[in-house]
Amino acid sequence: MTTSAPARASRALKIPTRLDRRYLPVLGTFVVLALMLILGGSRYENFLSPAVVSNLFINNAHLIVLAVGMTFVILTGGIDLSVGSVLALSTVVTATLLQAGLPPAVVIPLAVGAGTVIGLAHGVMVHYFQVQPFVATLAGMFFARGLCFVIAPESIAIDNASFVGLASWVQIFGGWRMSSGVLIALVVVGAGFLVLHFTRFGRTVYAIGGGEQSALLMGLPVARTKVLAYVVSGTCAGLGGLLFAMYSRSGYSLTGVAMELDAIAAVVIGGTLLTGGTGFVLGSVLGVLVLGLIQTIITFEGTLSSWWTKIVIGVLLLIFVVLQRALSLRKT
Amino acid sequence: MTKLLRHHLFWPVAALVVLLVANTVARPSFLAITVRDGHLFGAPIDILRTTAPLLLVALGMTLVIATRGIDLSVGAVVAVSGAVALSHLASSPNPDSPVTVLTAVGLALALCLVLGVWNGFLVSVLGIQPIIATLILMTAGRGVAMLITGGMITTVNSGPFKTLGSGFWLGLPVAAVIAFGVFAVVAFVVRRTALGMLLEATGINPAASRLSGVRSKTLTWTVYTASGLFAGLAGLLISADTMAADANNAGLFIELDAILAVVIGGTALSGGKFNLSGTLVGALVIATLERTVTVLGISPLVTPLFMALVVIVVTLLQSPRMRERLASATRRPTPPSEPQPAARPDSTEVKAR
Amino acid sequence: MTQQTAPAVVEMTGISVEFPPVRALDGVDFRLRPGEIHALMGENGAGKSTLIKALTGIHSPTAGTILVDGVERRFTGPADARAHGVSTVYQEVNLCENLTVAENIMLGAEPRLLGGLHWPAMRRQAASHLERMGLSIDPSSSLGSHSLAVQQLVAICRATVSDCKVLILDEPTSSLDTDEVAHLFTVMRALRDDGVAILFVSHFLDQIYEVSDRMTVLRNGALVGEYATADLPAAELVQHMIGRSMEVLEAAEEVVEHAERPAAATPLLQVVGLGRKGSVQPFDLDLYEGEVVGLAGLLGSGRTELARLLTGADRADVGQTRVSGQTTRLRTPRAAMGHGIAYTSEDRKGEGVVDGLTVRENIVLALQARRGWMRPLPRKQVDELVASYIQQLGIRPADPEALLRNLSGGNQQKVLLARWLATAPQLLVLDEPTRGIDVGAKAEIQKLVADLAAEGMSVVFISAELEEVLRISHRIAVMRDRRKVAEIDGGRATMDQVVDLIAGGGTA
Repeated sequence: MTTSAPARASRALKIPTRLDRRYLPVLGTFVVLALMLILGGSRYENFLSPAVVSNLFINNAHLIVLAVGMTFVILTGGIDLSVGSVLALSTVVTATLLQAGLPPAVVIPLAVGAGTVIGLAHGVMVHYFQVQPFVATLAGMFFARGLCFVIAPESIAIDNASFVGLASWVQIFGGWRMSSGVLIALVVVGAGFLVLHFTRFGRTVYAIGGGEQSALLMGLPVARTKVLAYVVSGTCAGLGGLLFAMYSRSGYSLTGVAMELDAIAAVVIGGTLLTGGTGFVLGSVLGVLVLGLIQTIITFEGTLSSWWTKIVIGVLLLIFVVLQRALSLRKT
Repeated sequence: MTKLLRHHLFWPVAALVVLLVANTVARPSFLAITVRDGHLFGAPIDILRTTAPLLLVALGMTLVIATRGIDLSVGAVVAVSGAVALSHLASSPNPDSPVTVLTAVGLALALCLVLGVWNGFLVSVLGIQPIIATLILMTAGRGVAMLITGGMITTVNSGPFKTLGSGFWLGLPVAAVIAFGVFAVVAFVVRRTALGMLLEATGINPAASRLSGVRSKTLTWTVYTASGLFAGLAGLLISADTMAADANNAGLFIELDAILAVVIGGTALSGGKFNLSGTLVGALVIATLERTVTVLGISPLVTPLFMALVVIVVTLLQSPRMRERLASATRRPTPPSEPQPAARPDSTEVKAR
Repeated sequence: MTQQTAPAVVEMTGISVEFPPVRALDGVDFRLRPGEIHALMGENGAGKSTLIKALTGIHSPTAGTILVDGVERRFTGPADARAHGVSTVYQEVNLCENLTVAENIMLGAEPRLLGGLHWPAMRRQAASHLERMGLSIDPSSSLGSHSLAVQQLVAICRATVSDCKVLILDEPTSSLDTDEVAHLFTVMRALRDDGVAILFVSHFLDQIYEVSDRMTVLRNGALVGEYATADLPAAELVQHMIGRSMEVLEAAEEVVEHAERPAAATPLLQVVGLGRKGSVQPFDLDLYEGEVVGLAGLLGSGRTELARLLTGADRADVGQTRVSGQTTRLRTPRAAMGHGIAYTSEDRKGEGVVDGLTVRENIVLALQARRGWMRPLPRKQVDELVASYIQQLGIRPADPEALLRNLSGGNQQKVLLARWLATAPQLLVLDEPTRGIDVGAKAEIQKLVADLAAEGMSVVFISAELEEVLRISHRIAVMRDRRKVAEIDGGRATMDQVVDLIAGGGTA
C-alpha cells in the first residue's frame, strides 16, 4: 500500500519495523496453556478428553465472567477487590428471593442489578471522591459480605423448578458438554471483546489506562468511562453470582471468599498490566483456563496435594510479573 | 475547640469512645475489670488481647504505607509463621522444653524475615508495583503454609508456647504485653531516630529524597522486611492462642483489617506522613467494633457491614473533594498578611499535561 | 512573510493573567495571521505558556479580549478550543501510546458502523491524513512502537483532522534530532501554505530562524515587541529576551571581586570528557575553591544536564571525574555528597522540596540522610541550626514547624539552600536558584552566593538571566546545543560577547 505513496520526507525518518509487543504477554499465556495441555495429555490418560475440557469450562464459568469485568477495571488502571463478595451477595439474593416464591424472571435482574449498583457506588467513589480504587472496593467488599449475612447467614438451597431447569440445561454434542452457565459466560466474553474493541467506550477504557491526562486532552469522556468500568465489573460480579448459584444450586454467604484474588491472578496471568492500558479479555479467559488447568492437573496427579495449586499460581504470577517488568524496562 | 477538632487523632478517638459508650449502655458492666487468680479479667482486657496480632501487623503496614507501598502478604505470612512454629513443636519429642519453644519461635521469625526480604527485593530492586509484588506471596504463602503443615490443622500441647497466646504476665495478657511492647519500641525508635522523617521524605517525594542523599531503596527494603517480621510475630500470637496451625484460616483478611486500622488512624494510603498512634487507635477501634457487635447481640458475621460503613465514612471524610467542601464550609477567610501558599504559574501546569 | 496583510485569525489584546500575588501576564497583545509561522519567544517565566493557556482556555485572563476569526471567545478548555479550530500539540506527546496510530488520530471523530467503530474506514482515513503529512506508517501499529518524532507528527496529524485554523506547537522539537526536526519543518511549511496559522515555541534559536516568519518576544510577563524574523538579528533577539540594554548592564555593579587565584592550585573538582548520550556532549571543566563558575546558555542548551553529571544526579557514560586530584566516580547524589558536593535541582517542586514535611525537617534532611537514620541529630542542635538558617536567610514565616507547602517559592528556595548549606559542602551547584522568586529574595541569594565563595566554597551557578550570571561569576562556561562551547573570564566578559556565544555567532 505505502510503497508507491509519495513519501516526501520519510526517508529521513527512522521508521521501525513493526513488532507489536501488545500480543507478547497473551502469547506467553497461550504457550503456557498449550504446554500444560501437552504435559497433561502425555502424562494422564483421558486428560485431553472432551469431558475434561468441558468440565474446565463448566467449573470456571463464573470465574470467566468475573475476570472479564475485572479486565475492564484493571485496564483503566484500577482494581476491584469486591467481586468475590458481590458474587456471594448475588447468590444469596437469588436463593432468598426464589425461596420467597418470586419467579426467576424477577429474581435474575435483581441479583445482577445488585452488582451493578455496588459497581456504580465504586465508580462514584473512585472518580468523584478520588478515593483510591483499592480502598473504595475494599469497602464494597466488606459491605457486600456483611449484607450477605444480614440477608441469610445460612446456606439456602434452590429448588425453584424453572431456575433449576435453566441451570441444568446442557447441550451435548459428541462428548462435549455445554451448560447454560458456559453459554452465558461465552456470551459475556464475546460482549466484552466487542465492547472493548469496537466502541468508543472500550477504546476510552484503554486510553485512560494509557494516560488519564492524555485521554482528557484528547477530549474523550473520561469521567463517564471510568465510572462505567466499575459498573461493568460490578454487573459481571452479579452475573457471576447468578452462574455460581446455578452451578451450586444454592446461595451461601461464604461463597467466593478470596475469589477476587483468583480473578486478579487470572487477569494478570492473561497478560493484562496492573498499571492499566494493556491487555485483552481473551487473555483473561486464557488466564482463567490456566488456573483451572493447574487444578485439573493436580487432581489428575492424585499424589500431589491441593496446596500446590496456590504455590504454582504464585510462581506463575511471579514469572509473568517479572517478564512484564523486563518488557517495560526494555521499552524505555 | 477547632484545634481539638483538627487534631489527627480526634475522629479515630471519637469513634473509639462512641463504641465504648455504646457497649457500656448495652451492658453497664462492660468496662469493669476484675482480678481473678492474680490476673486481670474483663472486656477491656480482652479487647487488648485480641488487638495484639492486628496491632503488630498494622504496625508494619503503617511503615510500608509511609513509603507509598502496601503489603498484601501479611495474612499469608501469619499462616506461615504459625505453621512453622507448631510443626516444629509437633515434630519435637519434648514440646514443653523452653529450648524447643525458642527454636520454634526463632525458626518461624527467621522464615518470615526472609519472606519480608523477598517482598522488599521485588519492590525496591526489581521495581515491581507493591500491590502486585506482595500479591504473589499473598497467593503462594498459604500454599507454603499448607505445605509445611501437610494440609492438616496441626495441634500441639506446649505449655510455654501457649503462654504466648493466652498466658498472663504481671496480671496482663502476655500477647498484649508483647504486641504493645514491640509497638512502643518501634514507635520510640521511629520517632527518636531519624527513621520516621526519612521514611516520610521517601514517601512524599522520592526524587527529592534521592537527591538529598536518602537511601530510599534500602529504607523501602527495610520496611517490607520489618512488615514480614511483625506479621510473623503476630502469627505466633495467633497460633499460640488456638494452639492450632490452620493454614487456610489463620490471619485470613488480617491484611485488610490492618490497612483499615492504618486508614482509620489517619495515615493516607498515598504515603508520606504517618502516625503510629493513629494506627494504635485504629486497631483498637476495629477490635472494639468486633466486640461491640457481639455485645449488642448482633451476629458477628455482620461485622463486615459495620467495617464497610466505617471505611466509607472515614475515606469520604479524608477524600480531597470532601475536605475542600468541609474547609470552605468551616474556615473563615484568613487575613492576607500571612504568607499564602505559593501560587505560581507552574502550579497549574499539571492540568495541561 | 506571506500574507502580511491578511486579517488576524487570533487577536489577543491587553491580556493579563494573575496568580496573586504574581502577575504572570501584564497587558500583552498578540496577533496571529493565517498562513504564517509565528514564533513566541522568551525565557523561562516570560509568560509564553501562560499566554498559550490563556488562549486555549486553561487559564482565564483577568483582563483583555481574545478574538478568534473576529468573534470574541473565552474557551472553556482545550477541547472547546479545538472545537473552534484552535489545536495544541505539547512538548510531551499527549496521546495514548498503548492505542494504535489510527485511533490516536481519529478517536473523537471516528467513523462508525452499526453503532460501533468502523475499523477499516478508520484506518483508511488515518492513512490518508498521514500521507498528507508525508508519513507512510502503518495506522494499525501501536503509537508506542514509534519514535518520539513520529509520535509528535501523529499528534500534529490529529490536530489537523478537525477543521484546524490555528495550530499551537509548544516546544515540539525539544527531544528530536536534526533529521526529525527537518521533517517536522517540512510538515509545518506545508500546513502554513494551506493557510493554517502556526504558533511555534522553541528554545533553539537556529530553528526559529529557519522556520518562522514573524516573532513575538515576551519578557517577565510583558510584551517586548513583534518583529519580522528577517529584520531581527539573533544577538538583538537574545537581548530582547534577556532584557536590559547594554548601558544599564555595564553600569551594574559587580558583586564579585575578581581576585586572582593561585596558578598552581589543584582543582577541587576536575572533569575530563564527561558526557552522557542524548543529554550532553563530553566536556571538560575545572572548579576551584572560592570561585563562582556561571553556566550561561538558553533553556535546553545542556546547562542543567551538565550540572546533573557533575553531582551524580545522572550517571555519566563517558569521562573522568577527579575530586581534589583523586579519580572517583559519582554514581549517585549520595556518593557526590560524600565528596562534599551539593546540588539543588531547577525543578524545585519535583526534585527539591518535600512539601509535606516541615521547614525544620526539610532543612536537616540532607545532613540527616548523610549521617544515616540511626544517628539522629540531637534535637537541640537541630533547633539551633534551623533557627540560625531561618535568621541568616530570612526565611518567612520564621516558624520551623510550618509545612513547606505553605511557603512562597522564594522561601522554599531558601529552605533548599539551607538544606545544602547545613551539610557544609565544598562545592555547591545551584540550578536556577532564583527562578520564579521576587526581586528582593533574588538579591539576597546572589549576595549569599558571593559571600559563600568569599569564604572559600566553590559554586556553580546556573541561571536563565544572563545579567545575573555575569554579575556574580568569576568564570563563565557557555552552553549551546547540548555542548560547552566556550569558557570565558567573568571579570572581563561583556554582555555582547556572551550573547554572541549563546546565539552561535561568536567564536569558541
